[in-house]
Amino acid sequence: MSNFFTEFPEMPNKQFREFKKGVDASYKDFAREWGDFIDAMFDPLLKMLVFFEKTLIATPWPIFMIVLLGLTYWGSRSIKLVIGTFLAFVFIGYFRMWDETMSTIAIILTSVIMSVVIGLPTGIAMSRSDRTQSIVTPILDVMQTMPPFVYLIPIVMLMGIGKIPGLIAVVIYAIPPLIRLTNLGIREVDKEALEAADAFGATKKQKLYQVQLPLALPTIFAGINQTIMMALAMVIIASMIGVKGLGQPVLQSIYNQYFTKGVLYGLAIVIVAIVFDRVSQSYGQRIQKHRSGKIV
Amino acid sequence: MSEAKIQIKNLYKIFGKNPKAAMEHVKNGVGKDELLEKHNHVLGLKEINLNIHAQSVQVVMGLSGSGKSTLIRHINRLIEPTDGSVTVDGDEVLKMNEEELRSFRRSKTAMVFQRFALLPHKTVLQNTIFGLHIQNISEEDANKSALRWIERVGLSGYEDKYPQHLSGGMQQRVGLARALTNDGDILLMDEAFSALDPLIRKDMQDILLELQDELHKTVVFITHDLDEALKIGDRIAILKDGIMDQEGIPAEILLNPKTKYVKDFVEDVNRARVIKAKHIMSEINGQDLSGAMPIDQDDFIDRFIDKVISDKPDNLVIQDKDKKNVGFLSTQKLSEILKR
Repeated sequence: MSNFFTEFPEMPNKQFREFKKGVDASYKDFAREWGDFIDAMFDPLLKMLVFFEKTLIATPWPIFMIVLLGLTYWGSRSIKLVIGTFLAFVFIGYFRMWDETMSTIAIILTSVIMSVVIGLPTGIAMSRSDRTQSIVTPILDVMQTMPPFVYLIPIVMLMGIGKIPGLIAVVIYAIPPLIRLTNLGIREVDKEALEAADAFGATKKQKLYQVQLPLALPTIFAGINQTIMMALAMVIIASMIGVKGLGQPVLQSIYNQYFTKGVLYGLAIVIVAIVFDRVSQSYGQRIQKHRSGKIV
Repeated sequence: MSEAKIQIKNLYKIFGKNPKAAMEHVKNGVGKDELLEKHNHVLGLKEINLNIHAQSVQVVMGLSGSGKSTLIRHINRLIEPTDGSVTVDGDEVLKMNEEELRSFRRSKTAMVFQRFALLPHKTVLQNTIFGLHIQNISEEDANKSALRWIERVGLSGYEDKYPQHLSGGMQQRVGLARALTNDGDILLMDEAFSALDPLIRKDMQDILLELQDELHKTVVFITHDLDEALKIGDRIAILKDGIMDQEGIPAEILLNPKTKYVKDFVEDVNRARVIKAKHIMSEINGQDLSGAMPIDQDDFIDRFIDKVISDKPDNLVIQDKDKKNVGFLSTQKLSEILKR
């Protein structure tokens, strides 16, 4: 009885071992049974990722540069940003990190597309029903607080090491802010504007496309921006399970204590992040032209 | 008068978890404060009966929390009532299904909001055609009719501006143009001018009256401002704590306030500017009219009071448009009415 107060009444060692074994075994069975099927399911995604990667690497660097700078200007209308982007990618190319950067951009592109395709409808569904919101919110909490290494384990058990498991890990890590901010943005839409749409006889769909989404767009854009940033941060961890790109050399540098190499590749990630962030943010602001300007 | 365009019968609205049960308390005479305190429900409207006639301006007046905005939202069913009936042109609005309600809102009503409720990402023109746009009317037709109303409310040249670039008064002109472009018979105006500066408010009231002269819509106008109510309303309904205290033409409300609340409301009003000769005249009944001063029956008191003071007649004879005598008014009665 005295033990009861000094030591927590924990599960006996033997049972605990059995419990872990049991769960592991049944998950392994599940993985064996369904692994191939799930692999096949993600095949189109793999094809898209590989296509992006091959295209980006095969593109001659001057053409990539012209397209990138063109996009930067189109997005931001800022010459300063274009010059900055140019210098940043000259740095990356000169220090022999071009191909890895292309691989990273490919996976970021794929995971952001996937995040938007999944996240936007989820956020919209959440905004429409408090019940959905109360179910999805705790799932997002888990996704955001669970250490990525922990959910890498079942993903690798299921699908092995490779691009797709890495992509899934990146999406799990990067998608929550987009879902949350889509939900928030739509819920914060001015009640009177919605009432006006109702009063003029708008359908649910018309309200969504003509009132809710446009008014929530700045918030949704902040979500996409966050998703890009988090995807980049996840690239290092994802490289542990076989995602090629800027993450792998960083990982090598940690194991082998290559200081200069580590710093250079780290800087390349920072550069890609800053360029993506600035361009997407200034694009987000530019499409909100009606928010600026003064009263006539 | 003609059959009422909008008929509201026995309308109840109670906000809370179990409005039906709370309604029983209300029917048994529980007041707004007690309902909130003891039963945790908010009384929105109690037993509202109101007939609104076609082509007239019906003002609903009350202080904030009186239920006036709740009432107007029952007419196009933005709010579901707890009990009662609302019919427009004989059709029961509360029995319409989603599709019918949508087409009712699209074709018969248009609404103007207190805080304008424009869409910030659309230009003035795009906002104005919103009602037609969602009915899939061709852009060309919609623009044509929108541009006419934009011009009519004095916003020509601002078609491509965004609402944020406009002042409050101009934004509400867009709100008005949007409602008019929709071309319903019924115009619902929820404190439409309350957020505007006094001078701009006066401008907007004048625009509305001018348009109404021409369009003859059925207007339901919500306000908390008695001067505005008297200026715009053909009839005025006064709400207090969800209960309709009095309903009638402006002069009737000024001359015979039924409750203390209405009395307090109308106390400081300049009656001479609101009451017309015909409202206070008596029947002639063989009265001697020699030396009486002729007055048009539709003249407000302040139009003829100066002349009465300088000429000092004993009696006034009230005439209609064709100079036919229709009533008389003693100077003594007139001065009593103005003193009261």
